[in-house]
Amino acid sequence: MPGASRYRDCDTVLLPAFPDQNEMRTWLERQNYLIDYTLAALLRRKTRNLGLLLVYTLLVFLFASVLLLSQGLRREAATLMQDAPELIVQKLNAGRHDLLPAAWLDTLRGIRGVSAVRGRLWGYYYDPAVKANYTLMVAPERGLTADAIMVGATLARVREVGVGDYLSLRAANGQPLPLKITALLDSTSELLSADLLLLSESAFHQLFQPPADTYTDAVLTVRNPREARTIAGKITLALPASRPILRAEILRTYDALFNWREGIVFLTLGTLLLAFLILAWDKAAGLSAEEKREIGILKAIGWETGDILRMKLWEGTLISLTAFLTGYALAYVQVFYGGARLFAPVLKGWAVLYPEFRLTPAVDLQQLLVLLAVTVLPYIVATLIPGWRAAIADPDAVMRG
Amino acid sequence: MPLHRLTTLRKAKVALALLTVLLLLFVLTQMDAAWRSRDVADTSDRALARELGLSDLSLFTEARYTRHPSQADYHAPFQDHPAALEHFPSGALLLPVPGAE
Repeated sequence: MPGASRYRDCDTVLLPAFPDQNEMRTWLERQNYLIDYTLAALLRRKTRNLGLLLVYTLLVFLFASVLLLSQGLRREAATLMQDAPELIVQKLNAGRHDLLPAAWLDTLRGIRGVSAVRGRLWGYYYDPAVKANYTLMVAPERGLTADAIMVGATLARVREVGVGDYLSLRAANGQPLPLKITALLDSTSELLSADLLLLSESAFHQLFQPPADTYTDAVLTVRNPREARTIAGKITLALPASRPILRAEILRTYDALFNWREGIVFLTLGTLLLAFLILAWDKAAGLSAEEKREIGILKAIGWETGDILRMKLWEGTLISLTAFLTGYALAYVQVFYGGARLFAPVLKGWAVLYPEFRLTPAVDLQQLLVLLAVTVLPYIVATLIPGWRAAIADPDAVMRG
Repeated sequence: MPLHRLTTLRKAKVALALLTVLLLLFVLTQMDAAWRSRDVADTSDRALARELGLSDLSLFTEARYTRHPSQADYHAPFQDHPAALEHFPSGALLLPVPGAE
């Protein structure tokens, strides 16, 4: 039987029916033994290798977290902003956002292609009690009475208020304005409504006392969304002090914002990557005298260069794949199930209100491959090259050091 | 079979089993991502954005131009007053609005 003599001395392998299966089994058995040997060698330097595995896993975890968080936020923004107004028009005064006269709404309605125009009333309120900024917005669709408000879940949590409680805000004339919370906004929308406080038009006027017949900005619906840019041009011509903001610009803003965020964090993590590369290079490039002697002995007892390279390949693969897969899985859970709490201090800045959100997972395979290439490949190469250099040298010379 | 062979074989099998479990976890994350991102059309946050015409995420609530980056006065070289230095932490992470250059 061809090939049978090769396996006669191996009592763990049953003689297979076909030579191909024979070869396959031998190959598998050989890899098993190589892994056994590699693990035994790694365990001989347990502390050093476990430390390396831990640092490696942490590195992948941090990189993958940044990657997944930025992808998740970009996707969330792109999904949510699909429902942003097609066109928002602001009035500028001395280069700054100013209140828009109600008469502008008629001018905007007169522009061809505009199907609906609505003036919006919204603003900011700084609450000294908790040192937080709120976004106040008139919501005519909610049918709120003059003293009724609805608040976002984060705001309610930070202010420790609930349905039925009164929230007292300081009006523009200095008088307190008590407002009753009639409902909380859905907590699943915290990413949009963390600091939101919805109120009626009369409450808004009582609170901020803006000039009569003015709006914060205007929201336009256009008949053909592809004409939005042309309509924006017409608006600028008709109302030179206006600033039209297209939905496409909002989407572009968020895309760029998280790209940049990713970039700046990568820059910071870059130093960590460099430190790790130096560590891996130092570990791999400079094989210790003990490791070199080990390779010399293996060669002297009959191991081929190919076997040593395979053993080194297994060493690199076992460590780097374990670190990559563990780091990635932990990052995934942290970002998409843990609300990226680890990055909260960075994202939060000085803000008091920070939403608890659950991102919809977004995984870009291309970026995943880049992460794999950046973290796994260099380590495998750094393990293989010195192993190969020691393996091709004369065993006697290697053993003598 | 000698006993020492059993113990050495086990090491490789344990390592390969661990790698298989980790690979399975990786596949699970991909499946979870595909499953959870299937239908996000009718979530409550999208309904809220539609109803109120919201234009920004309430992620950085510390300053008005970080709360509403898409509505900020990007024409103004300084947000608060001439020569005002940027001092909000999240302002340091925000990109100037595209097209402002």
